[in-house]
Amino acid sequence: MASAVAQDSPGAPPGAPKKPGSRRKGTGLSPRRLPYLLIAPAVLLMAGFIAYPMLSVFYYSLQNYNATKPWRNGFAGLDNFKRIFTDDPLFWDSLVFSGKWVFTEVTLQLALGLILALLVNQTFVGRAAARALVFSPWAVSGVLTTTIWLLLYNPSTGVGRYLADAGIGTYGSSVLSDTGTVFWAAVLAELWRGVPFFAILILADLQSIPGDLYEAASVDGASRFRQFFHITLPHLRDAIILSTLLRAVWEFNNVDLLLTLTEGGPAGVTTTLPLYVAVTGFEAHDFGYATALTTVAFGILLFCSILYLRLSKFGGDHK
Amino acid sequence: MTAVLTEKGAPPVPADGSRKPPSVRRKRRERAFDEVPRWQIYLPLGLYLLFTLVPFYWMVLFSLRPAGSTSLVPWPMTFDHFEKVWNERSFSVFFQNSALIGVFTLICTTGVALAGGYALARFNFRIKQGFMLALLCSQFIPGALMLVPLFQIFKNLSLINSPLSVVIAETVFQLPLSIILISGFIKNVPYSLEEAAWVDGCSRLQAFRIVVLPMLRPGLIAVGSFAFVHSWNHFLFALMFLMDQDKQTIPVGLSTLIGADSVDFGALAAGGVISAVPVVIVFAFIQKWLITGFSAGAVKG
Repeated sequence: MASAVAQDSPGAPPGAPKKPGSRRKGTGLSPRRLPYLLIAPAVLLMAGFIAYPMLSVFYYSLQNYNATKPWRNGFAGLDNFKRIFTDDPLFWDSLVFSGKWVFTEVTLQLALGLILALLVNQTFVGRAAARALVFSPWAVSGVLTTTIWLLLYNPSTGVGRYLADAGIGTYGSSVLSDTGTVFWAAVLAELWRGVPFFAILILADLQSIPGDLYEAASVDGASRFRQFFHITLPHLRDAIILSTLLRAVWEFNNVDLLLTLTEGGPAGVTTTLPLYVAVTGFEAHDFGYATALTTVAFGILLFCSILYLRLSKFGGDHK
Repeated sequence: MTAVLTEKGAPPVPADGSRKPPSVRRKRRERAFDEVPRWQIYLPLGLYLLFTLVPFYWMVLFSLRPAGSTSLVPWPMTFDHFEKVWNERSFSVFFQNSALIGVFTLICTTGVALAGGYALARFNFRIKQGFMLALLCSQFIPGALMLVPLFQIFKNLSLINSPLSVVIAETVFQLPLSIILISGFIKNVPYSLEEAAWVDGCSRLQAFRIVVLPMLRPGLIAVGSFAFVHSWNHFLFALMFLMDQDKQTIPVGLSTLIGADSVDFGALAAGGVISAVPVVIVFAFIQKWLITGFSAGAVKG
């Protein structure tokens, strides 16, 4: 760690025959200034296209800014926020659905990803091929997931038809237009794509557990279940906490799949908060209100993230 | 957590270098793992493989069998759907646009992240902690919520309807993770190697190019492929920032096929296969580096 830091040693070797000082000073490449120069492009890009838009979100959220009603544009104070909390059932519906969606997806993806990682961490014939195949949906886009699962779900030529041929279920049932089944249909499609993410991360971490630990445990007569709960799980703890949090944000943010698979329907039952924001901003052209929604969503996300890190005692001395 | 696996599946050497002579211990440990009955591996894995592969097969099947067929094997085989999607539904144009945006995103992301990652790995400077914190925090900002303000910014810059807007947006949201990843990889290159090169008369840049860069290859491949795959797959930025049909990308093209009044499943499946091909190739290529890349410190910083 300490060795990787260029403290105050000059960038040029002491005995170098070339004129070390002059050129570096001339071009601003002194070791003092160099790190700032190196991070400058990243800082500028992130300031311009992440930080500035964030600030403008807060600004617009206090404005009436609606492209279809330009005569009303102007300072609105907290009106947008008042409307969100007191007069917008769609906000609450989409918030509840977002919570349900994120919780279901992250829990199931973690459970399946953990099992999958443990499986492909064993030594067996065909392991490399098995890994490549089970991880492959990781690289698939949301829209492609929709494409594939539409082909599977459609009532006329999908899997349902063949299942009905075999006597399971009924003909012509469309899981995506039934409010009772659409949630689980979407969950299954997203699971298909999302499980490899956890499996890859957990597998990477599994490989860093020293094998000696298991050896010692099995010499002491610990069963494989006990080994899992006393060695594997504690070791994976931090990785699991961080990856579930990242995944939760990612799933909250996941507009691609739901927008194309269900369009938030039927009857709005699969509208998440970001989907609602996008529709408000780009279809209703109500930018002011959309940014107020964004602000609220961001606040909720931040609050939940901090709460989760606190409650899970991330980084605590548990080892 | 700096263990980088050089060979696939090889256990990492403990950091303290206390690795015992392999023969005896290795054998006993492998026997311990072997106690897992084979069926307990193959049965659940087989079931999961079915869940993974049937959807892929379904798409390939639909793309190759003639319209109206209900056969479960793609025979007789036809390429009509591909021809239709590629020419009539202008997937040839979408494909080029996506490839162009993907390659530029790859170049910008890797270049900027390489500079930033090097600074983080090799220097102590005053705003380092703050910069790290900003990188981590930006992971929690949902891109979908930034669409509205980003649209405003690109409108002010007259970049709406230009592929540049998509490249910038993709790059910016790829940057934080890429910088963290690359700095992890650079930390794994011994600093003494670079110092040795300086003693031999190299400038910092030369030493970086000759010593560090070749050793970063796995890391750069991982980060570059992430950037490419991500931009190839991403849907919202292109959908929102590009207006003209002939500027659109593959995911947007696919979504128009999905949204058509009467969905042509053969064409949709063929479009899906076309959109999957480059990603599958990249994935097959980077698969073995993927786990290594994450081990090197993606998540753990």
